[in-house]
Amino acid sequence: MRPRRLVGFNLLSATLLGVGGYFLGHWVGTRLSAGMDSQIGTDQNDVAIFMGFLFALLGWLIGLGFFNYPLARMMGRPPSLREKEEAGSGRYFRLCTDHKVVGLQYFVTVLLFFMIAGLNAMFIRAELLTPNETLWNANQYLSLVSLHGTMMLMMTSAAILGPFGNYFVPIMIGARRMAFPRLEALSFWLVPPAGLILLSAVALGGFPTGWTGYAPLANEARAGMDAYIFAFGLIGLSMTIVGANMIATVLTMRAPGLTWNRLPIFVWGVLCTSMLMVLAAPVLFSTLAMLTLDRTADTSFFLASAGGSPFLWDNLFWFFGHPEVYILALPGFGVVLEILPVFARKPLWGYRLAVAGMVGVAVLSFMVWQHHLFVSGINADLRPFYMLTTELISIPTGFIFLNGLGTLWRGRIRFTVPMLFALAFFSNFLIGGLSGVFLSDVPSDVSTHGSYFVMAHFHYTIMGGLVFALFAATYYWLPKMTGLQFNEMLAKVHFWMMFVFFNFTFAPLFAAGMLGMPRRVSVYAPRLQGINIFVSSSAFLLGVSMLIFLINLVYSMVIARVPAEANPWASRGIEFQLPTPVPVTNFETTPVIQSDPYDYGVPDAVPVAALKPVAAPVVGGGST
Amino acid sequence: MASEALPSGGPPERVHGRRLFVIWAALTVVGVLLIVFVAGPHMPPGNFSQEARDQRHINILLAALAVPVLFGVWTCLAYIFTTFRQGEGELQDGPPVRGHPRLQVVWVVATAAIVLSLGAFGTEELLGSAKGAGGGQGPDPLAVPAGQKVQVQVIGQQWAWTFRYPAYGGVETSQLALPEGQTTELHVTSLDVSHSFWAIQLGVKADAIPGNDNVAFVTPRHTGSFEIRCAELCGLWHGHMHNTGVVMTQAGFAAWIKQQQAANAPATKTLPPYSTHYFPDPIRRAG
Repeated sequence: MRPRRLVGFNLLSATLLGVGGYFLGHWVGTRLSAGMDSQIGTDQNDVAIFMGFLFALLGWLIGLGFFNYPLARMMGRPPSLREKEEAGSGRYFRLCTDHKVVGLQYFVTVLLFFMIAGLNAMFIRAELLTPNETLWNANQYLSLVSLHGTMMLMMTSAAILGPFGNYFVPIMIGARRMAFPRLEALSFWLVPPAGLILLSAVALGGFPTGWTGYAPLANEARAGMDAYIFAFGLIGLSMTIVGANMIATVLTMRAPGLTWNRLPIFVWGVLCTSMLMVLAAPVLFSTLAMLTLDRTADTSFFLASAGGSPFLWDNLFWFFGHPEVYILALPGFGVVLEILPVFARKPLWGYRLAVAGMVGVAVLSFMVWQHHLFVSGINADLRPFYMLTTELISIPTGFIFLNGLGTLWRGRIRFTVPMLFALAFFSNFLIGGLSGVFLSDVPSDVSTHGSYFVMAHFHYTIMGGLVFALFAATYYWLPKMTGLQFNEMLAKVHFWMMFVFFNFTFAPLFAAGMLGMPRRVSVYAPRLQGINIFVSSSAFLLGVSMLIFLINLVYSMVIARVPAEANPWASRGIEFQLPTPVPVTNFETTPVIQSDPYDYGVPDAVPVAALKPVAAPVVGGGST
Repeated sequence: MASEALPSGGPPERVHGRRLFVIWAALTVVGVLLIVFVAGPHMPPGNFSQEARDQRHINILLAALAVPVLFGVWTCLAYIFTTFRQGEGELQDGPPVRGHPRLQVVWVVATAAIVLSLGAFGTEELLGSAKGAGGGQGPDPLAVPAGQKVQVQVIGQQWAWTFRYPAYGGVETSQLALPEGQTTELHVTSLDVSHSFWAIQLGVKADAIPGNDNVAFVTPRHTGSFEIRCAELCGLWHGHMHNTGVVMTQAGFAAWIKQQQAANAPATKTLPPYSTHYFPDPIRRAG
């Protein structure tokens, strides 16, 4: 790379300005808080730390060049359009508005933070081999638990929408870009600082609250809590931007002929998720803002002794938190229903039911949050209502299962790696869903609430559901994104190890929870050691399966580099009708969509889209 | 049905359906019998208290209801995997069926019926027969067991539990003792952050929230000891916040509480008057 390139607006300048910004902000914050009683008598000044993070973020964005365009326009100069550069590997390290570049940037970043959070899980399981504190002291252990939970929640929020939503939604709807390309880039470039700031909690002494950040524990926690607040807030901001951008894109940029009942089901999943994001993530952001004020400006939103209430946090947090778990689940539904027809060689069975299922889940997810508070002592009269709404969610979720089984029935199934992951999704999510019935039933929830039963339940839905769908999507679409094949043998080893040891890890934890093991402890009843040794051993092998994936990724994408065909799966999806690598503008001319992408088995089916439409395009037709 | 005339090979739909039903029914019968008769008697949280027994019955029922659903989907998947495979090196399409309106309606109605009856059953259990099932119900409990009650206040703080007996001069103890066969009214609160009082074998769980009086009921059925753990992350030594409680005979309890009153009399005098909640000094940042 020439020196001129290094000096410009890129990752290097962003890092330098970000680090510099932190120290400048810290100095400003120290001056600002000079007379504040609440910051005196502690060895950590929260005002200075928050100002440090704020200035670091500004430095990072300035370094990336996010202000170049608006500044140039304000000063009446022609804007530089370097963010639209079309070639060279340098654009992966810079602000770039090509949605395909953003997709790959997301993939690598999310994967990196996943690995860190997964490593934390290994450290946690190593501690739990014994019923007493052995490997880590209490603060280290709690910080590991909190970092694992928060990092995973932050990254899984972006795990499918980030890489695959950004890359494929514009292509699937026949567009050349997202509705707001600069916002799209911004939504990605907020993720690395969020991850790094969260990790900085380690240097600030960790934080003790887990990902739920319950006040007033969060009020009294040390400065690591500030890192949690700022990082999670950034993710909330990023989610809001992604959601708004996706909604605008799908509503306004669909190609001619792409009616609502031809929209690929994955796009429906992304659309429903985006609706949840724009409605739920701002609540998280404001809740965190209140906690920030409590910690810096001495307000008392969450302090019962000064007129506030811990219940305020619980309600606001779960009003975000429960839709959040469906923000994680819905893209998974979309991915598996998109993949099943390709490898069953049959149309998606019950398309409208699938859409109804996703919309139903999205709507109901806002009406259930107090099931996290069944034994908290708030609104006990409302428990039957929340019990019912929670159980109602299993109706639309059941639709997705009927769609899956109906699509597979009488299909011609090919057990490729993406298909294996998609099928495992159904088995895992089924167990996750059925265990959720126990938690929704108040009398049963009394014994299972706050125990490892809950932990096993949400790992079955998030890891067994979302992460399996994420790998299905990775094996299905990454060869299209990079133009390179995966090694199939390693991929199959990865699948079988992950499927077996995932179940071995989490199924016994249902029993551990029911038998009396609370979450987030490193000290537990010695009678539960047997279960925990088994679980930890399985968890390590689950970790090995992830290592195999990493090895496969590096081997296939960096070392072996076997070119992938343009349409390796014989898919009818429009994204596979494009050449590999996908051209910068996606389509030479605006395509005309002629059917949904599921016309398998239809005699004389027309192509899903006319990629170079002639004077009189054929609209309609397809399914007879 | 139209699908029987489809070009795709294999036996007609009704043969598949009959086979599937037989496999599913056999598995379900075996599974439900195992859950009810083999696992059921050992299902947590056991029989120590009335509330624990109610929870155990509900856990058995929910597990037995989960079995047909679990085996339904698993049987279908396994059957599909073995029957509808693509041949080696082939790439043939399946029949272009896009749905089956009647089956879809049946599915929606069936799942809705199951879910609504679960909701109705859970509500009946919670407010009717199980009387709150040992869960925290806030300051005005909706489901109250009949009869005389012993009041015990459970006070959580970082990182220990204290138990206060208002009917016995407000004496405070560090060990929880309950009389056998009598309903205890637990008032759970906290002095600092949120905790959750979990008496595992008794089937009691109630969050301890500062400024709130969270009431739960429990009726132990026999004497013995039980584990107490904090079930809500409350900071550094959360995992160490455990204790052992005992259920005594009524005579034993009367003797024990008299002894506690005498031994703790000087300390009891300095305690704040009994209240449903106490506010400590405002929380300062640790460190």
